[in-house]
Amino acid sequence: MDSLTAARASFAVSLAFHIIFAALGVGLPVLLCAAEGLGLWKRDATWYALARRWSKATGILFVVGAVSGTTISFELGLLWPRFMNIASGVIGLAFALEGFTFFLEAIFLGIYLYGWDRISPLAHWLCTLPLVFSGAAGTWMVVSANAWMNAPAGFKLVNGRATDINPIAAIFNPATPIEPLHMLVAAYQVTGFGVAAVYAFALLQGRRGAYYRRGLTLSLLLGTVMAPIQAVVGDSAAQNVAQIQPVKLAAMEALFNTTTGAPLTIMGIPDMATQQVYLAVRIPKLLSFLAYRDVNSTVQGLNAFPRSDWPSYVLMVHWAFDLMVGIGGLMILTALISWFVYFRYVRRNQPVPLRIWLLRGLAIMGPLSFVALEAGWIVTEGGRQPWVIYNIMRVEDGVTTTPGLGITLFLFIGIYLLLAVTLIALLLRLGRDKNPFLPPFQQNAPKYVAQQDSRDTTSDADSSVDSSVDSGANTTAQ
Amino acid sequence: MSPEIIVAAVALGGIITYAVLAGADFGGGIWDLFASGPRRNQQRAAIEQAMGPVWEANHVWLIFVIVLLFTAFPVGFAALGVGLFIPFNLALLGIILRGASFVFRAYSPHRSQSVAPSPMARRWGVIFGVASAMTPLLLGMSLGAVSAGGLRIVGGQVVISGIPPWLTPLALMTGMLALALCTYLAATYLANETTGRLREDFRGRALLAGTAMAGLSLMLLPLLALGAPHLWQGLLRPQALPAVLLGVAAALVSGWALLRRRYRLARISAIIQVVCLLAGWGLAQYPYLIYPDLTLSAAAGSEATLRFVLFSLPLGLVLLLPSLWLLFKVFKGNGLSASKQ
Repeated sequence: MDSLTAARASFAVSLAFHIIFAALGVGLPVLLCAAEGLGLWKRDATWYALARRWSKATGILFVVGAVSGTTISFELGLLWPRFMNIASGVIGLAFALEGFTFFLEAIFLGIYLYGWDRISPLAHWLCTLPLVFSGAAGTWMVVSANAWMNAPAGFKLVNGRATDINPIAAIFNPATPIEPLHMLVAAYQVTGFGVAAVYAFALLQGRRGAYYRRGLTLSLLLGTVMAPIQAVVGDSAAQNVAQIQPVKLAAMEALFNTTTGAPLTIMGIPDMATQQVYLAVRIPKLLSFLAYRDVNSTVQGLNAFPRSDWPSYVLMVHWAFDLMVGIGGLMILTALISWFVYFRYVRRNQPVPLRIWLLRGLAIMGPLSFVALEAGWIVTEGGRQPWVIYNIMRVEDGVTTTPGLGITLFLFIGIYLLLAVTLIALLLRLGRDKNPFLPPFQQNAPKYVAQQDSRDTTSDADSSVDSSVDSGANTTAQ
Repeated sequence: MSPEIIVAAVALGGIITYAVLAGADFGGGIWDLFASGPRRNQQRAAIEQAMGPVWEANHVWLIFVIVLLFTAFPVGFAALGVGLFIPFNLALLGIILRGASFVFRAYSPHRSQSVAPSPMARRWGVIFGVASAMTPLLLGMSLGAVSAGGLRIVGGQVVISGIPPWLTPLALMTGMLALALCTYLAATYLANETTGRLREDFRGRALLAGTAMAGLSLMLLPLLALGAPHLWQGLLRPQALPAVLLGVAAALVSGWALLRRRYRLARISAIIQVVCLLAGWGLAQYPYLIYPDLTLSAAAGSEATLRFVLFSLPLGLVLLLPSLWLLFKVFKGNGLSASKQ
């Protein structure tokens, strides 16, 4: 394997792995903040129990996100030293600011995870605020660095060195407002749908009680609020790509020839030799409308650019884009159905028709949302190739000269597999276990529940979650 | 003072903080691996309790240093990525495995207080210990490599002839010293955060590590004088010598305090010792980032970026320092008062 392929594969694997945990690390604090806030406000043990459980999951997911993120910060230099030589002086400030937000996240997560009975309940809940803030700000910063690679700004390249550097202009590059926002909303979306899937699955397994129902409702609230927002944000992102990276748009849509009134091409197999897309579904003029808000506008095809500038894997980029958009559409559909079911049946305490099928759908949407996340990342990264800095530096000019990249590639793939398998096993165990690590919260729990319903102050740790939960739901329903 | 020197000083401060805080976490992992005697499960529990809430925040100091390095000294970062490709990758492996195994073990099917750990927990425990030893060793070796002079940069290209710079005797010795330092810090801190026989266990370990550290330092001296005369001269320079002497004095005080069971004094003097040692190294290394071909000024990025980094630093620190203070107050505050008893 040549160095370039190995370096690209290594970095792709690292990012594909990290993005899952990064997204959950950004999204879960929102759920923690909501659940614990509700528990504090309503003096309700069920919400607290949810927050407890989620904090356990957050703890383990955050560690994997942190170590894989560290890998990326090293790999930037280990795999792409010649890229970093130019890039880090220009866009490094974004990484520096992201570093501070990561610091805040690690500090407050430490307090949050280990501080349940060391600080007051209010102070503990307040710790979720810096977590939410630093997650969002960190996403913003680190994705603005990626946006800069798509829309380089704030410097001039003279004789292989960056001059006239303006780090602020680099951070606020033309792709910045929209690409970080797209990622941030996606992080909330996958967290919402991912967590909802866990509770949908639990309910399908026959678990009963408000604990599971509330877990589903709250996480689904996050996911279904974000899904329509993402439709607007994603649409703007596509328009942004049309503006600044027309060749990427052409690859996303597998559009070979420049077309006036271009159709939207769904699926199909682009043949690079004949420049045809076989077996595709085409919606007339929709691409022109989506890209430029004019059904008769002209969209540049791949042929408008030198062949050497075409994204390396048109098929992959096209399919990844369709997959992302398709799943995004399913999420909106899920949102509509969920809201309808909630107001029509759940609020009125009526049995939900097709309950099993709805839950099955939600259980599938969780994994699918992560597929969409990965697909979106493939679109933005794959569509930028062969450039590492769009129109300025090619990947082969940024890669390291060190031999032996193939070895580290397989080493890291092996490590990531080990981490993934162990993590899944431990999370499943965490989910199965009714009361995995008897939380110190149990000491506080009766205090909260007692004010509401004395029946719930059961000392039996194993059943307290479930029983307190049911009564909690009754009081809400009344 | 030019901005790159200030940024370099901040980065050195980051390295020192990382050594003082995260170094002890690595040392904790090593002591976890070598937990022995009738109280080995309690030893492990004490280590886990001490590390749990803080190790991730401590780890971020490394990211802080890396990010400062690549933002402010892009040329130097690129050269290090090529020249130290293998040790950095191995250190990375250690970082991933250390963090993951620590939390995986904690989440594994668990002993209820005193019962022995499950097989799964035990396996992750071994990985945790080995990875905790690997990382400081390799980072110490890398630190030795940038000072030893084997990492050459000719015409902008990294050139390595003969044995890799991170495998020179000096680099190996620096790595060993880093390892000893981590175990010393960890045992000293743990002696502060425990009581009774457990405390005696950690005191014994601290004395052992301290002896190893003193021995390694003595062995390092002739290596420095013969193998890296520039660094030797640098350490004897009037700028660096006071730091070195203070460090030696602090080391002696720390050892004496341990012998006399004055744990808080042992802890503070151990910290002073590490700070002085690394500050002395930084002053001796000055003005080089990678000796002898890359000075800080030559490695520095543009003036504009350096200025923005310098402006953003105080803003970031305003958020960071109170948060760190809170973290340590919540989790180490009790430790401080407990050691008074």
